[in-house]
Amino acid sequence: MDIGINLERIGAILERDMRKFFRSPALMVSSMVFPLMQLIVLGYAFGGKIKNIHVALVDEDRGAESRTLRENLKSIEAGPKTFYVSDYSSVPDAVTDLRAGFVRAVIHIPHDYSRRVLQHDRPRIAFIEDNTDNFVTSQLYERVQQLAASLNAPLIAGRLPAAIDMQVVEVYPYIEYIKYLLSGSIAMSIFIVAMIGGGIVFIDDKARGLHEGYLVTPIRKAELVLGLNLAGALKGVMAGLTITLIGGLIAGIDRLWEPLRLFYLLLVLSAASLAMISFMFLVMVRVTDPLVPRAIFGVLNTLLFFPSGAIYPSEGFPVWLKWISVVDPFTYAVHALKNLLLKNTGFEGIYFDVFVLLGFSVLLMSACIALFQRQI
Amino acid sequence: MNAIEVHKLTKRFGDFTAVNEVSFTVAEGEIFGLLGPNGAGKTTLIRMLTTLTPPTSGAARVGGHDIVHDADGVRHAIGVIPQALTSDPELTARENVLIHAKLYGVEKSRRASLTTELLAAVDLESFSNQLVRTFSGGMRRRLEIARGLVHSPRILFLDEPTTGLDPVSRTNVWEMIDRLQKRSGLTILLTTHYMDEADKLCERIAIVDHGKLVALDTPARLKDSIPGADVVEAEFANLPSGTPAWREWLEQLRQLPQAAQVSEQDGSVHITSHSGPETVAALMDRARARGISVKRVTVQGTTLDDVFLHYTGRQLRDALQAGPRLDVTHLYK
Ligand SMILES: Nc1ncnc2c1ncn2[C@@H]1O[C@H](COP(=O)(O)OP(=O)(O)OP(=O)(O)O)[C@@H](O)[C@H]1O
Ligand SMILES: [Mg+2]
Repeated sequence: MDIGINLERIGAILERDMRKFFRSPALMVSSMVFPLMQLIVLGYAFGGKIKNIHVALVDEDRGAESRTLRENLKSIEAGPKTFYVSDYSSVPDAVTDLRAGFVRAVIHIPHDYSRRVLQHDRPRIAFIEDNTDNFVTSQLYERVQQLAASLNAPLIAGRLPAAIDMQVVEVYPYIEYIKYLLSGSIAMSIFIVAMIGGGIVFIDDKARGLHEGYLVTPIRKAELVLGLNLAGALKGVMAGLTITLIGGLIAGIDRLWEPLRLFYLLLVLSAASLAMISFMFLVMVRVTDPLVPRAIFGVLNTLLFFPSGAIYPSEGFPVWLKWISVVDPFTYAVHALKNLLLKNTGFEGIYFDVFVLLGFSVLLMSACIALFQRQI
Repeated sequence: MNAIEVHKLTKRFGDFTAVNEVSFTVAEGEIFGLLGPNGAGKTTLIRMLTTLTPPTSGAARVGGHDIVHDADGVRHAIGVIPQALTSDPELTARENVLIHAKLYGVEKSRRASLTTELLAAVDLESFSNQLVRTFSGGMRRRLEIARGLVHSPRILFLDEPTTGLDPVSRTNVWEMIDRLQKRSGLTILLTTHYMDEADKLCERIAIVDHGKLVALDTPARLKDSIPGADVVEAEFANLPSGTPAWREWLEQLRQLPQAAQVSEQDGSVHITSHSGPETVAALMDRARARGISVKRVTVQGTTLDDVFLHYTGRQLRDALQAGPRLDVTHLYK
């Protein structure tokens, strides 16, 4: 009786899985269609500047100063097109339409606006906003503040000898949202391969009794687990690399073809795939019902994808969500991929993530081998 | 040396005892059959012997290896064709066999030729590069037999090798098993719930029912062991079963010459007899005398069905499979 692991048997399990994988394009296609679709739709839906917001204007002043203000508003309407303005005769009318959603904000110029401007008597305009939509109001608010600042500008300049001016240095050029999203889509394609190839197919084979055929042979638990994990990781790398290249072209990543960058990408994809597939096998190791992996697909997707920082930075998370992101292999994959794709960092930008992902893999696979049931 | 030795092997699932203190031995080179209805515990017994399921108590040695303490030794010594079809539908026949050859550590130089040989032995050489998904049930079963033989095991376990196959495929599989056994002196343990299969293939048969071994011998001796050489079955047209008249009539039947045992099931009467023709002649006379019309009478030699009925008190569910009986009603009209 020999202890130790037989590489040939691991190879046999790997070969079986890969042959099945190449024979059925369904897995490869489904692991690519969803992440690409997500990349394109979310990338374009979230990426753009918001335009043509409808704003109500109630001008009770109709003086010289209010005319200046109106002209400023008109110039935004013509220029950046953030909003367009309709005149309303009374504030209650305008607020009624605001509540009904016909306008997103109301700008109210009180009857004494011009007089107060001329008398330097704290002139005020009111900005009433529909704050149920964060994205719209934040863009609108930004514009209105700019407007107010430009109205105040000559006054401030006259009063203060030197305004403090903060200079912002942007290290990288402006990143479009679709580029920001790409790392998440790549991780997603690996997740789908792990979920379908590692979860659903594994449990289906178990339920179909195919495993019984392998369990009667002298194969060891560790060999079976390693073989299945390696096959899953290999499939994950293939899907991930495909999305990296196709997605990279769609999002317009520059100099994607640098050999060293591709090598680092491959390294990250391998570590991420291994971690993701061993995570999945550990979840599935004792499951026998083919419905289970299908039922938890969405749960795992949400639990792993959104806390990873793929679509929103984790700095904005509450504490509990931060903790999920710490133990989520997605987080490290997305972080390393962002470094490579957005900033083209070298090894220094990924070694920590790769190290953590490989550590995860060893830990998860050991648990998997310990829990795997050799007998039925 | 015995190929298989089973001693008081027991398997319980919670309170339920699926296999209950079963003991038997199988000699080297023997074809041994486990015969029993659905749920008898045949698969559970095979799973314990093939190390797939741990036994609750008892012991067994397969090929000289203890099934609990030397599971790996057992696995190397045996070929297993489980009841469920376990070949990979998404692989070709050849790939299925090759992958198993690797799992069993068959030498690299011999794998390809061995696979070709085995596929030829099960008449699948012209389908070897076809996906198993496209195979019929019979082809798939034959492939699994080839796959189970890839490491030249000394002992082969077959769990219901012909269930679900048409008569032609069944005969094919039988011939193949027979051929393999003759050629290589393989020890074969198979389970079945087909009487004719057990009768035709097996040198010795163990009848299992409710997890217990109720009889074990050669088919011929099992048939001899029950009283009577023939079995008479009769149905009557104008006598509803369960009525006093029916019970009285049954009593009369017990007095028939040469009759050994009389039982009834679903309105049909089952008489074991030391001489079928004599019993039938007398039965027809008495029926005519009492004005009872005989719907059907059959006579045949004892089959394993009768053996099963005798030992378990139940008819096998698949009794229909036992082949046509000789209907002799018209001879007495
Ligand atoms: N894992 C299990 N858990 C609980 N009960 C089980 C389990 N496996 C088998 N049984 C029960 O044990 C009994 C014997 O089952 P087994 O499969 O061994 O019968 P069998 O003789 O092979 O029947 P068949 O001819 O239908 O294949 C059945 O009543 C079955 O329900
Ligand atoms: Mg069974």
